[in-house]
Amino acid sequence: MIWLGFIILLMPGPAWAGEAKPLTEDPVAEARLKHLAVELRCLVCQNQTLADSNAPLAEDLRREVREMIAKNMSDQEIIDFLVQRYGDFVLYRPPWKMTTTLLWIGPFLLLVGGAVALVTTLRRRGQTLTDSVVTDEEHRRVEQLLSQGVKEVRRS
Amino acid sequence: MIPEIGHFALILALCVAIVQGSLPIYGAAVGNSALMAVAKPAARGQFLLVLIAFCCLGYAFADKDFSVLYVAATSNSQLPLHYRLAAIWGAHEGSLLLWTFILTVWMFAVTVFSAHLPETMRSRILGVMGLVSMGFLLFMLTVSNPFERLIPAAADGRDLNPLLQDPGMVMHPPMLYMGYVGFSVAFAFAIAALLGGNLDAAWARWSRPWTTVAWCFLTVGIALGSGWAYYELGWGGWWFWDPVENASFMPWLAGTALIHSLAVTDKRGGFKVWTVLLAIMAFSLSLLGTFLVRSGVLTSVHAFATDPKRGLFILVFLAVVIGGSLLLYAWRAPRVGLGGGFSILSREGMLLANNVLLVAAMGSVLLGTLYPLFLDALDLGKISVGPPYFDAVFAPLMAPAIFLMGIGPLAQWKKASLPELAMRLRWAFGVSLVTALALPLVLGKWTPLLSLGFLLAIWIVTTSAANLRERLTHGDGGSFAGRLAAVPRSYWGMLLAHCGIAVFIVGVTMVKGFETEQDVRMNVGETATIGGYTFRFDGTQDVMGPNYSAARGTFHVSQDSRAVTVLYPEKRRYPVQNQIMTEAAIDSGLLRDLYVSLGEPLEDGAWSVRLYHKPFIDWIWGGCLIMALGGALAISDRRYRFAWRREEQDVPAARQMAGRKVA
Amino acid sequence: MNRFLLPLSIFVVVVGFLAVGLTLNPREIPSPLVGKAAPDFSLPQLHEQEKVFSPKELTGTVWLLNFWASWCSGCKTEHPVLMQLARSGEVPVYGMDYKDQREEALTWLRRWGNPYPVVGVDESGRVGINYGVYGVPETYVIDKQGIIRYKQIGPLDDEVVAKKILPLVKELQAK
Repeated sequence: MIWLGFIILLMPGPAWAGEAKPLTEDPVAEARLKHLAVELRCLVCQNQTLADSNAPLAEDLRREVREMIAKNMSDQEIIDFLVQRYGDFVLYRPPWKMTTTLLWIGPFLLLVGGAVALVTTLRRRGQTLTDSVVTDEEHRRVEQLLSQGVKEVRRS
Repeated sequence: MIPEIGHFALILALCVAIVQGSLPIYGAAVGNSALMAVAKPAARGQFLLVLIAFCCLGYAFADKDFSVLYVAATSNSQLPLHYRLAAIWGAHEGSLLLWTFILTVWMFAVTVFSAHLPETMRSRILGVMGLVSMGFLLFMLTVSNPFERLIPAAADGRDLNPLLQDPGMVMHPPMLYMGYVGFSVAFAFAIAALLGGNLDAAWARWSRPWTTVAWCFLTVGIALGSGWAYYELGWGGWWFWDPVENASFMPWLAGTALIHSLAVTDKRGGFKVWTVLLAIMAFSLSLLGTFLVRSGVLTSVHAFATDPKRGLFILVFLAVVIGGSLLLYAWRAPRVGLGGGFSILSREGMLLANNVLLVAAMGSVLLGTLYPLFLDALDLGKISVGPPYFDAVFAPLMAPAIFLMGIGPLAQWKKASLPELAMRLRWAFGVSLVTALALPLVLGKWTPLLSLGFLLAIWIVTTSAANLRERLTHGDGGSFAGRLAAVPRSYWGMLLAHCGIAVFIVGVTMVKGFETEQDVRMNVGETATIGGYTFRFDGTQDVMGPNYSAARGTFHVSQDSRAVTVLYPEKRRYPVQNQIMTEAAIDSGLLRDLYVSLGEPLEDGAWSVRLYHKPFIDWIWGGCLIMALGGALAISDRRYRFAWRREEQDVPAARQMAGRKVA
Repeated sequence: MNRFLLPLSIFVVVVGFLAVGLTLNPREIPSPLVGKAAPDFSLPQLHEQEKVFSPKELTGTVWLLNFWASWCSGCKTEHPVLMQLARSGEVPVYGMDYKDQREEALTWLRRWGNPYPVVGVDESGRVGINYGVYGVPETYVIDKQGIIRYKQIGPLDDEVVAKKILPLVKELQAK
């Protein structure tokens, strides 16, 4: 009897297998890594984030970032660490600096400039223009005349 | 032999281009009909010659002629035929040939569909296009010859980059180039109009269909590129604001502004000067894109192999073409008469506000793309400008444009009344706001961005519905069916294109708000759950492709114990370039995509696997396709069919005069 | 009239920048560590594993730190230049074996020659990261106070050595 029980114990389990385990030990830290790595540049790639690259240096840098997360360093401290070594090039979000001011306020300036140009031009026009509306009928007449003209050129 | 024929054809084409670029324009300036008449046969001749060259290169690929350097660099004996042919545009020289070929296709189209244009205009348009093709042919014949020989011939080719061995590669560049290059027609129209000194509303009417067709192709081309990156690159992303992606997006933004500006110039004769400038800008951005991709000044996954000589050539070409056009603009534009006046609050005003927003958006993308170069050139350091910047800057500029999209079509021309507009739109606004606030809650997660996305999308749909309803109920009397039939196709096109944007926004909002991802280690037989779907890993097997070997995984997907699908992601190895490629397996659905990609093999047949659940992601590209369809519908409008039909009326009359035939 | 010239003016400026851009390399990352203290480390030596290599021992001398690996083809290209430099005795070149296997590194040096008085072993690449290394070979010129004065990205060649490295070294040695 005991032997039967022993044999049953040794037999393989039921057909369904278990739930797959997450790839990493610590999903919370991994989520933080992802959050940081999508804004960091893989330095040896042709424009890819640190999160997506398979390059050896990218793996090394991800390992470094994981260790810094484990040491409870803040996001800013981790970013500073990398910038100290590789410069601003490693950041996909350009930092606010003297040299990047034009970059960050540029779009706003373009919008405001465009709006101002539009409004002033329209105002100026409103004062100098007289009315001349081209109706659909006139459009058709114009094209009729033009095609007549084309036919005349062809015949000649 | 065949490559030499192709080479010779290109040389002949250059000669024809020189003739086409000079005689007709001169003829138009002095009123010489004979010289102007050179344009049409020259354009058709160029088309034929470049077609011959293109076919010769195709033949070299099909025939595996590795004595041609370009074929040896981008092809391989194991490469299947369809990819060997697509490899024609797989690298720099061949893609230039494609560019030039498509330019001649557009030239040919202009010769066919321009009978209603005055001769001076047509000859100038073809002349300008001839000048552009001259530049490209010269470029190819000097520093980028696709027919250059490799002596002694290579035993076998270096193969096409595995990333490009894919159906997306076959379609994306041709579509994109049809769009990019198609803007050369609008550009040529603008230059022709500046040269002739006449910028009447007719010019805008003639320009519109050409611009819209090019815009449709560009929309499809960009969507294909994005979809291709999604399934080919293996990480589920679909837009990275990569410099080359931006290089195609900027002409699209300018082109969209141009379509709307042409509408104002056509209907109301207003802002002709601005429209001309936009037409120049759109094509200039196409040329700039061509430069950025091939010169090596920017780093990109897409960039072609670079050579400083090539970069310099394109830059000089760019400077001449764009500089010349802008000089012409500065000289001639002031003489162009002003169109009709209108108040700031009017349909014209709103269309132009939309222009300001689109051009500001385009300018921002340009700024972000070129800024690293600016700083580096001034020795002020090296920075990267990536998605965080563009996402932060682009959305705030587009949101107001989308609001205007709802109001614009309802506003009166010349002068609209704000209280009246608010009155007509109150229902649409109310529904949009309430639904936008409630929907995220219903879906399980509320953030302000989610609501904003929904608000914009629903706003477009409700205002379009309101607009349509007004049009159908306040018509000139008669039956409803009659009023429905009277709605012109261009109007349906506009509604469809705008709703396409709404669909796109829904896709983006849902994906960004609700997508989930899982990185798991899967042993054979294990399951993982994501988005309510269960994935069971059933091991891998080794398979052989035509020019690769792969480990193919099998994943059974089920939902609530009902089988949904089986997915087969692969990890491929292409021996020629010794490259490993991850081929993701995707189950596409109307409401979601399920995405599986294999990571690395672990012990005992286990693998690291990445799973994605992406809700509504196909709405992104679906929306783009709907936009393009809207454009296509607009062009099929009666106005444009009329123009051609009038010329056909000559023919039956001529037949009658020639003698009756038995019917 | 002025506003019609605006597009052209903007364009001319952009073309100017693009022209300059043609002479630049967008993928080269200049080092932010130039002018700053060379990061400290304490690594086992390649040949005598019990001994330790640390930059602190080298204060008072001007020296070169060359990151290399046996798997790196550019390192082979620059190797004759390093051998020449070592022979000339102008400046000592210390090596850092980056992410390599000890046996392969030793074999490589035996085969091609050893210009380095000492080679450190950076197996994990961590010291490389501290120095901002993103590829091999890379070479740093470090002065008597342990400050990095220059970084060469990519292989050294005779021209760079003659025009940049040696003049700088002489200047630093005079201080």
